[in-house]
Amino acid sequence: MADAALPSSIDWSNDRTVARRRRRHAAERRLRYYGLAAIMTAVGLLALLLTSLIYNGYQAFVQTMITLDVTISEKYVARDNPREGNYRLVIRDSLRSLFPEVTGPADERALAQILSSNAPYIVQGRVLDDPSMIGRTVPITIPASDPFDQLNKGAVRRASPESERRVTDKQIGWFDRLDAEGRVAKPFNWGLFFNADSRLPEMAGLAGAITGSFYALLVCFLISFPVGVAAAVYLEEFAPKNRWTDIIEVNINNLAAVPSVVFGLLGLAVFLQFFGLPRSAPIVGGMVLSLVTLPTIIITTRAALKAVPPSIREAALGIGASRHEMVTHHVLPLALPGILTGTIIGLAHALGETAPLLLIGMNAFITQPAGGIFEASTALPTQVYIWADSPERGFVSRTSAAILVLLMFLITMNAIAIYLRQRLERTW
Amino acid sequence: MFGYAILLILFMSMAAYFVGRVSAAPFAAAGGSHSRPIYHGAFAAIWVGVPAFILVLAWVALQGPLIDRLLVLSLPAEMRSVSAAQLSLYLAEIKNVAAGMIFAEPTPAIREAAVTYERWEWLARWAMLAAVAAITVVALFLTRSRLAPRFRARNSFEQVVTWIMIFCSVVAVLTTLGIVASLVFEAARFFARVPVTEFLFGLNWEPQIAIRADQVAGAGAFGAVPVFTGTLLIATIAMFVATPIGILTAIYLVEYADDRVRVVVKPLLEILAGIPTVVYGFFAVLVVAPAVREAGSLFGIAISPNSALAAGGVMGIMIIPFISSLSDDALKAVPRSMRDGSLAMGATVSETMTRVMLPAALPGIMGGILLGVSRAIGETMIVVMAAGLIATLTINPLDGVTTVTVQIVTLLIGDSEFDSPKTLAAFALGLVLFIVTLCLNVLALSIVRKYRERYD
Repeated sequence: MADAALPSSIDWSNDRTVARRRRRHAAERRLRYYGLAAIMTAVGLLALLLTSLIYNGYQAFVQTMITLDVTISEKYVARDNPREGNYRLVIRDSLRSLFPEVTGPADERALAQILSSNAPYIVQGRVLDDPSMIGRTVPITIPASDPFDQLNKGAVRRASPESERRVTDKQIGWFDRLDAEGRVAKPFNWGLFFNADSRLPEMAGLAGAITGSFYALLVCFLISFPVGVAAAVYLEEFAPKNRWTDIIEVNINNLAAVPSVVFGLLGLAVFLQFFGLPRSAPIVGGMVLSLVTLPTIIITTRAALKAVPPSIREAALGIGASRHEMVTHHVLPLALPGILTGTIIGLAHALGETAPLLLIGMNAFITQPAGGIFEASTALPTQVYIWADSPERGFVSRTSAAILVLLMFLITMNAIAIYLRQRLERTW
Repeated sequence: MFGYAILLILFMSMAAYFVGRVSAAPFAAAGGSHSRPIYHGAFAAIWVGVPAFILVLAWVALQGPLIDRLLVLSLPAEMRSVSAAQLSLYLAEIKNVAAGMIFAEPTPAIREAAVTYERWEWLARWAMLAAVAAITVVALFLTRSRLAPRFRARNSFEQVVTWIMIFCSVVAVLTTLGIVASLVFEAARFFARVPVTEFLFGLNWEPQIAIRADQVAGAGAFGAVPVFTGTLLIATIAMFVATPIGILTAIYLVEYADDRVRVVVKPLLEILAGIPTVVYGFFAVLVVAPAVREAGSLFGIAISPNSALAAGGVMGIMIIPFISSLSDDALKAVPRSMRDGSLAMGATVSETMTRVMLPAALPGIMGGILLGVSRAIGETMIVVMAAGLIATLTINPLDGVTTVTVQIVTLLIGDSEFDSPKTLAAFALGLVLFIVTLCLNVLALSIVRKYRERYD
């Protein structure tokens, strides 16, 4: 009898239902493939971005260097005043001794172009470090100038017509002879990390940018960490629920979504114009960045405090702790891993933040690392911006390399945050 | 000197802590004291440290402007009766001379002022240190005299800490007020010179005006409509890239992906979200813009080197993880019973998704898209590097357009006078940007919140 109640009259195998089922399954597969394609696109774009950076940037981690036997003749460099010596002629003579057949000012100039135009200052620096060199012949390693650096790295094609490259056939011949004599090497480019900025790609390094970013992040941390944690603790543990605290909450959420360039305008108008703090200085950069990161730190700290179960608080209060003691002795230590994770992630964001730093002038051309938080400096992301704007071929790979260094710092910071989260965080 | 002052304060606070603790030790030993000795110490330390710290901050903030003011008053009368811009040039010159950076031979009055300036700077620095020392010593004696067995040191200490915490939570409000005040103030100065109607409805944007009389430059036009349309064009392109990819990614991750895929894809999306925007900007200039141009020349279309398409497309890539994570949250917030009910009725997964889950999650997804739009409008570095500088009134994505943020940065980059309409225009644009993004955020957050309340 029960069989009759079932709608057995439906015929699942006629053409119409089969076609419909097929259509529905096709739609199912389509959505699945669309989703997969979307993910593939996103991941593919990420891969394209990273590959193009590595492809363009890996060359900048090595630098073509040329070793010359330089005679520091007393004719040019006086023993009692090595600073004032004519090091240009010192270089010229050492090149002459290598290429005796090159004569005439035009050819000599073309020959000298193989070396970085900073070569005289490099020799000067070595002599000032060790004045006993004067009068002797010493091997000195000098960076090749950008066109020859690119030639040695294969970025300049030798087969291309002479008019289309910045190095002449004659110069290539000289360079190859230096190479054949074993004077050309391609060691790791320590200058990328220890030199400050320069107009010459072969001399430009990130030391100024790294110290600037370090100081700015230090200031940012010293302001935003205590202020952010104190604000979060107050709002989460002490604040009465009234209109005033509602305003503060809404405010923090909105501040988190304000474009960062607006914070730059604030820094320019208030910190630079009103308070007269120095332009381009890491202290101003750090203060602006701390305002940018403050909402993030407050929000993550509140989440970490919320994750501590109420029973801990009740137990502490129950045995006679004051509310402050309950927070400082029990809640904060338990929430600390979460707070630190949020802070590090906030600082990582601050490290990559560029627009507000541009507005307060941290994109100046500064040729030595800042000695303190009040001295003008650049930061890593603004350095990337400056180099990206430079026309020389060598700066394209330097920019990519600078980005790789920046990403390395970011990955390290995030790795520390993940480690802290996995190691120290407790689930209740 | 700032560093020394802070060190001095730290040292005095620590000293006060030990003084308080040691002098309170006998109370505890005698029994019947209200607070433990460490609270007496903390009470002393906080009252020694905090006022001195506030003093130093105020001093550093006010010293510069005050000395400038005094310096101007000390200048001869004929030097004072010039424009504000000229006066600030004088001040800069005086400071340069005082710092030993002499470019041209300064006038005797400037030289004299430089000497005065140096003396006052020196005086101010040492006076600050002396004031800090004085205030900490006085505070130490005052607090020390209050310590007694029945003194409620813990309550007093906690009260001060509470006030400090309240101040910290007000910093966010102060920041907002600071933003609003500075933007409104500077924008008002701009609108005193350029009418609001011209700014909002004018069709011509040529802000590069002559700062000096002898410079050759445009007469200056501040009609911001082309800038607004450029911003909207690029933001639209970005959303056309980000919305479908973001939502489809979220759908796949929520419904189809197994845990192995999720474990790989989620961190990759987080990496995409964590890449600084300056990197995206460089990517746009280095790879995407040339590729777009190549593709155009294949079809014989001339594409501007800083086309809106390249900048908007890369901005879209940046926004993908944002949209996908917010859509992910919205889809996960749909009650499981609705999904299971649909599947139990025989609907396929895709039918459940398009007919049940997506409509239910739509407010959340819309909120996410609005937040994405607000991001796209406020995004700076990608467009500064990849979009154009010239404001053209067009909706052709192959042309170069400029955006609000590009104009803000280019108008303010480098040294510029603070009085010219050119720099003030940047603040007017900033005000518009702030208001628009704020409205979008408030709208998006209220949509998300309302929706969440309905299902919780």
